[in-house]
Amino acid sequence: MLSFFFRFTFFIFILGPLTLFGQSDDSQTRGKWGEIHGSVQFDAQYYNPDSAIGAPPVPEEFLMNGYADLIYTKGKFTAGLRYEGYYNVLQGFDTRYDGQGIPYRFATFDADFLNITVGGFYEQFGSGMILRAYEERGLGFDTFIEGARVKSHILGGVYLKALVGKQRFFFEHGEGLVRAVDAEISLNETFKALAETKTRLTLGGSFVSKYQKDADSDLELPENVGAWAARFNFLYGGFNLSGEYVSRGQDPQAANELILDNGDIRPNYNMGDALLLTGSYSQKGLGIVVSAKRTDNMNFRSDRTATLFDLNINFLPALTNQHTYLLAASLYPYATQPNGEWAIQADVSYKVPRKSALGGKYGMALSANYSRIHGLNQMIDENGTGYRTEFFELGQLYFQDINFQVNKKINKNHKFTVKYINLFFDIEVVQGLTGSEPVKANIIIAEMTHKLAKKHAIRWELQGLFTKQHFKDWAAVVIEYTWSPHFFLAFIGQYNYSNPDPTQRIFYPTAQIGYIKDATRVTLQYGRQRAGIFCVGGVCRNVPASNGVALSISTSF
Amino acid sequence: MIIDSWLLFNLYSQKMRLVLTISFCFFGLFIAQAQIAKKNRAFPSVDIKTVDGRNFNTSEIQNDGKPIIVSFWATWCKPCVKELNTIADEYADWQDETGVKLVAISIDDARNMQKVAPFTNGKGWEYDVYVDPNGDMKRLMNVLSVPHTFLLDADRRVVYSHNSYSPGDEQELYEKVLEQINK
Repeated sequence: MLSFFFRFTFFIFILGPLTLFGQSDDSQTRGKWGEIHGSVQFDAQYYNPDSAIGAPPVPEEFLMNGYADLIYTKGKFTAGLRYEGYYNVLQGFDTRYDGQGIPYRFATFDADFLNITVGGFYEQFGSGMILRAYEERGLGFDTFIEGARVKSHILGGVYLKALVGKQRFFFEHGEGLVRAVDAEISLNETFKALAETKTRLTLGGSFVSKYQKDADSDLELPENVGAWAARFNFLYGGFNLSGEYVSRGQDPQAANELILDNGDIRPNYNMGDALLLTGSYSQKGLGIVVSAKRTDNMNFRSDRTATLFDLNINFLPALTNQHTYLLAASLYPYATQPNGEWAIQADVSYKVPRKSALGGKYGMALSANYSRIHGLNQMIDENGTGYRTEFFELGQLYFQDINFQVNKKINKNHKFTVKYINLFFDIEVVQGLTGSEPVKANIIIAEMTHKLAKKHAIRWELQGLFTKQHFKDWAAVVIEYTWSPHFFLAFIGQYNYSNPDPTQRIFYPTAQIGYIKDATRVTLQYGRQRAGIFCVGGVCRNVPASNGVALSISTSF
Repeated sequence: MIIDSWLLFNLYSQKMRLVLTISFCFFGLFIAQAQIAKKNRAFPSVDIKTVDGRNFNTSEIQNDGKPIIVSFWATWCKPCVKELNTIADEYADWQDETGVKLVAISIDDARNMQKVAPFTNGKGWEYDVYVDPNGDMKRLMNVLSVPHTFLLDADRRVVYSHNSYSPGDEQELYEKVLEQINK
């Protein structure tokens, strides 16, 4: 009934003004009727069969994803919706995206001190380790909560949020109810005496609870599961120290089952917790960040039967460098292990000043990053209902990344980047390839941009990945020609020249052409795509190999 | 179940739905073009964060009636960093000549949010930098991918926007800034 009410409301509030709006171009009338903005995205691919690269057969031959967002604003009132259509969903996305619908619709009223949303909303408390409802369209993730949310800052420097609802689950909702509150106080805003001090302190706390009926006749499962979090952010000049601790109650679920030595599977009645600490220092030309994270049994989902990427209430950030160069980004990227890990990361960036001996006329940018992730040693209890861990004890090494990068502008028309990456990657744990040896790889990348004329430039990349494990060595080349502001042409080639299986020593060429005008972008691509891993923010999705023509159109207005 | 057939689409065959979906997308593109021609959307007001974690409302982004460039970017986005680095080399001249101000809004999430301040300092950028970890501003501005750059006029209305970055795009952007100054 509630759902019907939302849909009815949206017809009135969105489509009503849209039709009226379409009839008038006069800006005064537009002010009167409010404004409509939005975006449209259309991604389609025609698939050629290509068994050599392991491309799964696509009986439909043609697949597409389409999205249209509309947002209507009038003064303090905002309402919006998103249409999604999958006919059928593109390879690599979850096939439960089937058909079409308007899953996301909302209305918000924003008075200065109060902001009320009914319908779908995205939200993040603190670092997101307790609650984060977000969309990552490229990965096919969307966990907005549909229900109601109130945000308020009645008192100076005090920010309150409260929400209740159910999470999006493809074109339906997750079974569990999510209830949450968050409070944050910025002491320097609240107390006038602190307004001008160099020291700034913000404190915050959250409580999140989910409810799901216990339908299991054998087990006593907690129907209400609560989690709380406390956080701080301390700032003094260029120094910043921040941290968050989260604790979740007992929540046996499909994603955290215990596997005993004899192969039995038991529900896990352990509590979960997570700690994230970050310290940074920066001044002009220098930035240093050091962070550490320990997570233990922090799966937190609105349905206890959900696994993989489904119905996560929280988000556990991966403390690793987010690589963007092709081979480094899509062969061995790390994905957070929610059942437990210890992670540390250090990141330094330094700009060698202009007109110095090393910096030359334009200066030179240097950066280095180190990250290391271990599992936890989880000692299962004798009765098999939980396990013990020591806080500072490190388990198996999952991942390590040491990398250095140099960027330099040689003269007005030439720039280069050189990068070296050394990786350790436990492919058994992170990608679930049982029985595979951990991958130790060296990656070398060189990139150069040549500006040919005022609006013409050529950019090329050469990349090599060298390892004795898994698929062994890869080479990649990217050549891109751009004609600002409208056109680009790119060629990408990847070659697994030393694959242990000689039939898999395959060359993957792709050509791309693109047209951009203002906020509209059209790209056409033809070629072979290697199977790979596509990640955003430490969550990764496997994309199968494919061969064919892909068309993408996107615009916003 | 009656509720779920609220759009009559469900009565059509699969093929018909495909045609309708594609038409819907192109209909959207059509509205989009019509809107781009008008180029004067208002700059929305929403709470985002400063790089040191304080709440900040976008209505406070002001430049005394001079143009404002708003650039959506992320620390992991190479073309974004390239664009902001390129503009950084000319920013002092741009400011002297036109008084323009550049506001860089990072869409980095919890994973990289803490890196934004050291990153921008490390680059030596002189911009006003904010973080939009919950994507509220990104959604209101209908940003689908970064970099996405907007130019606001004296009334803080969007007069130009551009998605992606190629070397030379900054020239077009600056021409648009000059148009605003010479208006």
